[in-house]
Amino acid sequence: MANVKLSGVWKYYSEEAAAVQDVKLSIDSGEFIVLVGPSGCGKSTTLRMIAGLESISKGEIEINGKVVNNVQPKDRDIAMVFQNYALYPHMTVEKNIGFALKISGMDKNEIKRRVLNTSSILGLDDLLRRKPGALSGGQRQRVALGRAIARDPAVYLFDEPLSNLDAKLRVTMRSELKALHRRLGTTTVYVTHDQEEAMTLGSRLVVMAGGKVQQIGTPLDVYNNPVNRFVASFVGSPTMNFIEGTIEGETFSPENSAVKIPLTAQIIDANALQSGQKLCLGIRPQSVTLAGDATPGIELDTTVELTEPMGDRVDLRLGLDESTQILARMPMNEVPANGASLRVKLPHEGMMFFEATEFGKRLGREPVAST
Amino acid sequence: MNSRPRHQSKLGSFALYTVLLIVSVVVVVPMFYLVVSAFKTEQGFLEHTFLPTGDGFLGIAWGELTTKQFHRLFSPEIGIGRALVNSIFLSSTTALLATFVCALAGYASAALDFKGKKSFEWLILAALIIPPPLLIAPSYQWLHSLNLLDSYAGLILPAIAPAFGVFLFRQATLQSVPKSIVEAARIDGAGEFGIFFAIALPMLRPMVGAFLIITFLATWNNFIGPQIVLQSTEKQPLSVVIYQTQTAYYSDYGLLMAGTLVSILPVAALFLFLQRDFIAGLSSGAVKG
Ligand SMILES: Nc1ncnc2c1ncn2[C@@H]1O[C@H](COP(=O)(O)OP(=O)(O)OP(=O)(O)O)[C@@H](O)[C@H]1O
Ligand SMILES: [Mg+2]
Repeated sequence: MANVKLSGVWKYYSEEAAAVQDVKLSIDSGEFIVLVGPSGCGKSTTLRMIAGLESISKGEIEINGKVVNNVQPKDRDIAMVFQNYALYPHMTVEKNIGFALKISGMDKNEIKRRVLNTSSILGLDDLLRRKPGALSGGQRQRVALGRAIARDPAVYLFDEPLSNLDAKLRVTMRSELKALHRRLGTTTVYVTHDQEEAMTLGSRLVVMAGGKVQQIGTPLDVYNNPVNRFVASFVGSPTMNFIEGTIEGETFSPENSAVKIPLTAQIIDANALQSGQKLCLGIRPQSVTLAGDATPGIELDTTVELTEPMGDRVDLRLGLDESTQILARMPMNEVPANGASLRVKLPHEGMMFFEATEFGKRLGREPVAST
Repeated sequence: MNSRPRHQSKLGSFALYTVLLIVSVVVVVPMFYLVVSAFKTEQGFLEHTFLPTGDGFLGIAWGELTTKQFHRLFSPEIGIGRALVNSIFLSSTTALLATFVCALAGYASAALDFKGKKSFEWLILAALIIPPPLLIAPSYQWLHSLNLLDSYAGLILPAIAPAFGVFLFRQATLQSVPKSIVEAARIDGAGEFGIFFAIALPMLRPMVGAFLIITFLATWNNFIGPQIVLQSTEKQPLSVVIYQTQTAYYSDYGLLMAGTLVSILPVAALFLFLQRDFIAGLSSGAVKG
């Protein structure tokens, strides 16, 4: 087990554009860290620099207190699981799992013992004599996992290991991975572009975009206190509602709309909003409730434009007027008819304000320390 | 409705078998002619197209067939035995070395990052463009100044790193050795040579088989090379020795056929041995797209 520390790490593939910019990240021993972000944001590059498969353009990476910038991958005591599994096609499952051990010069019997131990953890016992070509996707995934586990490395690195599996298997493997981590307790860095996977697996998330770290925090922290509009929109499903508009006194006027959303002095204060300021109001679909209960919030009259019932809950597209809509997800037994009017509440608690740009800062909050 | 496709497929397979039959005849008849002629006397060769007719089994005069031509070939006068050994040595050494060097270089150029990689690739491409006959004179001069004339080294060394082979293995590596597998092996602790031997080479196996055969055949059939480089008779391979029987003994077809048979057999054996790899190597591009 080991801790991993990235200090001001940069990666340039070409002179003009940095694929990874100034990543600072300190991973404790035994943590399950998930790097999450949209395609091309530099997650894999960051992971590959930790693995030693990609050189570090600037900055330092430490594993267990030792700077590894110039250490070969094989000497970093890491194991990596690739998206396409990268199994050796001409070797049996047994040889695949034991390959690294054999290279390390381990005793034959010890290798056998470890391979069998690994295969029983992963339920691969009956497949040891097969070659990867004769395995299903899920089984290959297990073998790739087994190859990493058998080595008992200080750090596991995963690059989208579940993305080639079908949806159902992905959920199963996800919980197996979680159980496995609980059992082995090995430091893990896990890359995914799937925010749901990130939320369920990670002890902490590192949300990345455009080569930069946007926010580091526990899943709940990131969900409840996104530092900017990007993180707010990336984390959570369905996506948060954003309404761009202007503060006028104690009301918020959405752009191109006659609707006025009344705010309270308390909200204005708490978020340090100023009259005349252009900004973006965010509220999660799950936060929107039916009007009438006692929680403090703003009540609005809306028109139901679209309903998507899902048994236990319903997604509603609600129109404030022609040009402004919000999505609401509510537990509901009775689905309202399209065109019906519905009075809903935006609770104060759920309202967030951002600068009105894609990466607009969250207003009225101290930026969360990012290490 | 039902019978039509079946009828069609019957017709189809009839056409297919007819074509295959014609092709087999076209291929087999010359082979048969070659084998039969090798067992005839000069007289018999001129008198009968195929087997001599007579009143033996199947109406063939078996008694007229003879192994005389082979005795002549293996006599000290012609000494095809030594030529056979020479050819086997030359061809297998060249094939093994060339395959090894080309696989190593092609793999490196596809899978590794090193200084001067771009120039290396340009060099290979440039070398591909040069027509081989253009190199005969300068090579001769070089071999002369290196004192390698009339030696096997002079034949083998220039042949162990053909640009064509390097390029072939480069493409094969790009196609069938995924980068992530090399990286996985690197993380698993294998050294670069270890990765080449334990991971890449087995994955390139079809190409290795195909290239072994191609190089073996090319060396086996190479006539100009040994003719130019080797002077001593006892070093000459089959191609040269068989040719020389003709200049010295007129067009002695029986002898020529027997010599050709001797020279074909080892190659045929090798091909039978490696044919699965050979075919896989040639068609691997077609399957994967
Ligand atoms: N070998 C390379 N050479 C040049 N540019 C590269 C290379 N690898 C990645 N990049 C670029 O660096 C950026 C980050 O790539 P990276 O693979 O880290 O993204 P990612 O977050 O893993 O995306 P994905 O979810 O699609 O895997 C991208 O813009 C990509 O085009
Ligand atoms: Mg990636």
